[in-house]
Amino acid sequence: MGVANVGHTHREVVAAVRAQAERHLHVMVYGEMIQQPQVDLAARLAGLLPPPLEVVYFLRSLERHADLRVKVELDPAGEMAVDSVVSLWAGANWLEREVYDMFGITFRGHPDLRRILMWETYAEGFPLRKDFPLRGRFSRAEQVRQALNANPEAHYSMEELSIAAAFNELPAEMRERLRRGERGKLPFDE
Amino acid sequence: MSKRTVELELATPGLNARGQPTRVPLAVDEQREPDLGGEHLLINLGPQHPATHGVLRLVVELDGEQVVRVIPHVGYLHSGFEKLGEYRHYNQIIPLTDRTDYLSPMANNVGLALAAEALMGIEITPRCTVLRVIACEMSRIISHMVWLGTTSIDLGAFTPFLWAFQERERIYNLQEMWTGARLTTSVTRVGGLMADIPDEFVPGLRHFTQTFPRTLAEIDRVLTRNAVWAGRTQGIGVMTKAEAINYSLSGPMLRASGVPYDVRKDKPYLGYETYDFEVPVGEHGDVYDRYLVRLEECHQSNRILQQTLERLPDGPINVDDPRTILPSKSRAMSDMEAMIFHFKQVMEGVKAPVGEAYVGIENPKGELGNYLVSDGTAKPVRWRIRPPSFINLSALPKMAEGHLLSDLIAINASVDIVMGEVDR
Repeated sequence: MGVANVGHTHREVVAAVRAQAERHLHVMVYGEMIQQPQVDLAARLAGLLPPPLEVVYFLRSLERHADLRVKVELDPAGEMAVDSVVSLWAGANWLEREVYDMFGITFRGHPDLRRILMWETYAEGFPLRKDFPLRGRFSRAEQVRQALNANPEAHYSMEELSIAAAFNELPAEMRERLRRGERGKLPFDE
Repeated sequence: MSKRTVELELATPGLNARGQPTRVPLAVDEQREPDLGGEHLLINLGPQHPATHGVLRLVVELDGEQVVRVIPHVGYLHSGFEKLGEYRHYNQIIPLTDRTDYLSPMANNVGLALAAEALMGIEITPRCTVLRVIACEMSRIISHMVWLGTTSIDLGAFTPFLWAFQERERIYNLQEMWTGARLTTSVTRVGGLMADIPDEFVPGLRHFTQTFPRTLAEIDRVLTRNAVWAGRTQGIGVMTKAEAINYSLSGPMLRASGVPYDVRKDKPYLGYETYDFEVPVGEHGDVYDRYLVRLEECHQSNRILQQTLERLPDGPINVDDPRTILPSKSRAMSDMEAMIFHFKQVMEGVKAPVGEAYVGIENPKGELGNYLVSDGTAKPVRWRIRPPSFINLSALPKMAEGHLLSDLIAINASVDIVMGEVDR
């Protein structure tokens, strides 16, 4: 550490270098050091992000005539999961399924966590999240194409069909298609 | 689960010595039941079936004629109202609420307006309060009339359907007189109402409240002690007190199980504590008690309507705040201030402070909650509806277990679902 006109290890120079080293993150990004304005910009951008998701529980005591509102904040970088309360209140069953369906929050220990309002093969994501566009992710043409290609038989889930005694009597080809979860084809596709 | 048959003695038409309807004895005859070898049949009911009251689909697993399991599938009418609401001003959300529970649109309008006013800290005028009570109670009557009509058709009685729909038609005429619309009323605004009632409305409603109990008495005479009706509904789809609370049921479903919870009494809004009415409570929690509770609720709603007509005060229907209530067109065209407020409200909407509000109201189907979260702009960050029929319907698999397939129709009818609200 030396500067030609003040000599080696000048105290002020060393302090300045140390201060700068502490402020800057010495990681090579596109071949340059990250500077303070970049850090500030990143912090501002992060501040513009929507606040993390919260799961809000509304509880009502019929005896005490009192309300209780419990909020659980989820870490957006975490696993987005909370414990299910279905074992306490059976009424939470469909409500938790709806939250899972709309926000993609999983409930640990839920007996039957499936989509409820959207269909099981819905692939566009979680509609009520803020990053989900109002029009949906797929184009109208793609949505129509998927609807036309959908296999009506696939509306029976495997779980439902397997409890039917008639499952083994279905045509072998249909059973195979159901097993693969394949979409049906319309006559004019060929 | 026991296999059972319903036996009706037609000689004594469902009445005991005191003239009260008897609970039909359920006889179990194991020997006459054919042995099906435990084979289960899977049938699909709906989504297009008149007895599912809309586009509800039930996959039913049957052991003979007995229901082993019901798997409901909902979502066929999903319209994403909650998402749409996040892109609209508070007043623009009101038309969406018409379309959730479309059998009681006025009550839904009131529910959202109350939540938005709680969020903004607005206190509505006395006349508006009474008119909103009229809106809520008229909705309760028409919703219960639809329930009664469709349920009686499901169970084979056609006449009550015609009577009930005639009464509903009369309320629809009043709604049309008030708002210009029969179904999609959009009657409330944040801080007031879309319009005041016209002059003919009060005599019209008074005539209705005087003649409506006669129809209720006729329905009561035809159904309440009817052997077929009692046989099809008594002891069917029973929810005990504890189960009803555990499944978060609300409205007539909860009260039929013996829990006297009514938001109008429990957490009064719109001055309901000043009205004289009773909350009917059932005892057995079966389909029959749900019928009795709803029938009595119609009487009580009629009583409340009569009281509103006596006390309806004069005065403005809207709060005196140019930031929330749109100035009249003539003022907006002649007064500079009014024009600025008009412009700002149309372009920017009514801004709510940062915060959140939950208001639950007693809708015909149960507790309708509106939960609004605001970030300080004119549109909510999150609008959540607590849909009473969605939550009541989630108890259907529990209620139908072990009953006959034909009882499943009665149980499903007794939940009083409207798919517009279940799917939103």
